[in-house]
Amino acid sequence: MSVELTGAEITIRCLQEEGVECIFGYPGGAVLFIYDELFKQDKVRHILVRHEQAAVHAADGYARSSNKVGVALVTSGPGVTNAVTGIATAYMDSIPLVIISGQVPTNAIGLDAFQEVDTVGITRPCVKHNFLVSDISELAVTMKKAFYIASTGRPGPVLVDIPKDVTQQKAVFDYPDKLSMRSYNPVVKGNAKQIKKAVDLILGAKRPVVYTGGGVILSDAAKLLTDLTKMLNYPCTNTLMGLGGFPATDKQFIGMLGMHGTYEANMAMQYCDVLIAVGARFDDRVIGNPKHFSNENRKIIHIDIDPSSISKRVKVDIPIVGNVPDVLKELIRLLKDTEGEPDQNALREWWNQIDLWRARDCLKYDRASSIIKPQMVVEKLYEVTKGDAFITSDVGQHQMWAAQFYKFDKPRRWINSGGLGTMGFGMPAAMGVQLANPRAKVACVTGEASIQMCIQELSTCKQYKLPLKIVNLNNRYMGMVRQWQEFFHGNRYSESYMDALPDFIKLAESYGHVGMKIEQPEDIEGALKEAFKLKDRLVFLDFMTDQTENVFPMVPGGKGLSEMILV
Amino acid sequence: MRHIISLLMENEAGALSRVAGLFSARGYNIESLSVAPTEDPTLSRMTLVTTGSDEVIEQVTKQLNKLIEVVKVIDLIDGNHIERELMLVKIKAIGADRDEIKRLVDIFRGSIIDVTDRSYTIELTGTSSKLDAFLENIESSAVLETVRTGASGIGRGDWVLRV
Repeated sequence: MSVELTGAEITIRCLQEEGVECIFGYPGGAVLFIYDELFKQDKVRHILVRHEQAAVHAADGYARSSNKVGVALVTSGPGVTNAVTGIATAYMDSIPLVIISGQVPTNAIGLDAFQEVDTVGITRPCVKHNFLVSDISELAVTMKKAFYIASTGRPGPVLVDIPKDVTQQKAVFDYPDKLSMRSYNPVVKGNAKQIKKAVDLILGAKRPVVYTGGGVILSDAAKLLTDLTKMLNYPCTNTLMGLGGFPATDKQFIGMLGMHGTYEANMAMQYCDVLIAVGARFDDRVIGNPKHFSNENRKIIHIDIDPSSISKRVKVDIPIVGNVPDVLKELIRLLKDTEGEPDQNALREWWNQIDLWRARDCLKYDRASSIIKPQMVVEKLYEVTKGDAFITSDVGQHQMWAAQFYKFDKPRRWINSGGLGTMGFGMPAAMGVQLANPRAKVACVTGEASIQMCIQELSTCKQYKLPLKIVNLNNRYMGMVRQWQEFFHGNRYSESYMDALPDFIKLAESYGHVGMKIEQPEDIEGALKEAFKLKDRLVFLDFMTDQTENVFPMVPGGKGLSEMILV
Repeated sequence: MRHIISLLMENEAGALSRVAGLFSARGYNIESLSVAPTEDPTLSRMTLVTTGSDEVIEQVTKQLNKLIEVVKVIDLIDGNHIERELMLVKIKAIGADRDEIKRLVDIFRGSIIDVTDRSYTIELTGTSSKLDAFLENIESSAVLETVRTGASGIGRGDWVLRV
């Protein structure tokens, strides 16, 4: 029975044992033996990207859209350094990834060998954990730990660095079924007393708000969260990362909150008396100035799996550390068992107030404009896809418009780099989404600046026939930079104009795709319909949009939530 | 306020750099840090002296707990504890100063562990503030060299940090 396998074979076998169907990578010297083993099997499909950053973003999009662990494989040195942006992106948004990196042979480590870099050192601040496998006997258990750590607790990327000689050495392959680590035991159930206290506070609320973030999406708690919110008839707002956690078309949804959140969401957040925070972390783009936020008196219940997210920026009254679905189930059970119910008169008054805020119509824009308004493109995209597409985005104005105008009713449909804000994320992430959801409609809402940061992936899309729809909101500016320069830097548009743009149509065509240029508002819908009819083709839609359009509302940096600039 | 964070972690390569990296990445202070394996060689015990507001220290302990290799974290300031630091100090000792320094070493319950005709090397153990107090009593130009281990701490009585 004791057949020995090489480290490379063991690596691939571990992926098979974990049920990994698809990995993203780029070969190189240090991973040649692993690629050799990949070649000899057909259970794990390898997608060859054109740059390692894209490998990690694609694995990330795959993970976000499927709730499976995403896997990337890169070589040592530049392979790893290219991957770092992707790893940090996943880390900031708590995405479960396993990154396998090649390393120079153990006897060359520390000698400045060719393509050597201190991978564990470079990636340490942007991974949940990382390993250097210096002994073949540790390889299988390390891979097991990597998948376990990545996917449990607050998820995150885990990197396994494997020296080349370890991939050649032999050992008996024994993949452990179970793991127990004395130093890592993520909490699941919330504290019963805390949950009981939360129930009392929830029922006593006069101006409640349910505020939810990426944690609801990551833990697959959208259904439970929706049940709870519906049961209470409380208003619900989502963070950028939390969109889809509660159906956006529901009347209880008051929109996204934060720097570019709706007027009603930000005002409700500021003036509520009980705030139920679920899988969210009160970050700077969400609550603005924490001092200003704390000026109002409110009680806060905070449910999160990560204790360090609690009372980090804002003091909370009832912290509940636990897995969101487990805590929500318990909350719902207790609420059903309780005699009490929320003060309906107070709630009616609160809804009246919220409706007054809503009537401000903070997302209005000039629909009669003769120049294409970017908001209209996203609205039409929503209509044409019947709200059922997977939407990825890059970073900037287009990202905010996509978040504001595409109504996400389901979780895992909105895929963007919220924490790190990585331009270049959108298209490679969309590749991962399409591979995880082969029959789904996948669109990448992007801008002419962001898309150029990973434009080479048009080639990958061609090779694997990924029929993405690239919705390029082309305003010839790094729009968000331009907006800040207009507002805060006296209209001095320093280096934010995108000069010497390529002809995106010809560019798409040169990669073998379809390109379309859209210059008139009345052509938006037709172009989108035509693009989605081309079911097996990537279509690059280049929308020439209004150069001066800004994202509103806006909470300027350092200001409070109620200090929004409105259109 | 000064805090003494005591922790147990897996005795693995790179674990120390995770702790040090966490402190620098998040802008926390490290006044001193000492680490060595325990009676169980798979575990290391680390004592970290840091300063910060209650909120900062709460984050420090939470972030330390989040490190995968960290098994347990306590703040010794939360209870009765004993704190000791070892200092080796080389002091210029000529003529009448020799007796004076010898007396001071006795008062601080230190010992002279090496002697030349121009200097004493002194070993002194105690709380960090005791070591500070000793040095304050020596003219600074006479201090040739100091080596301090940083504080180590342990809970009093039944208070035990173990797996």
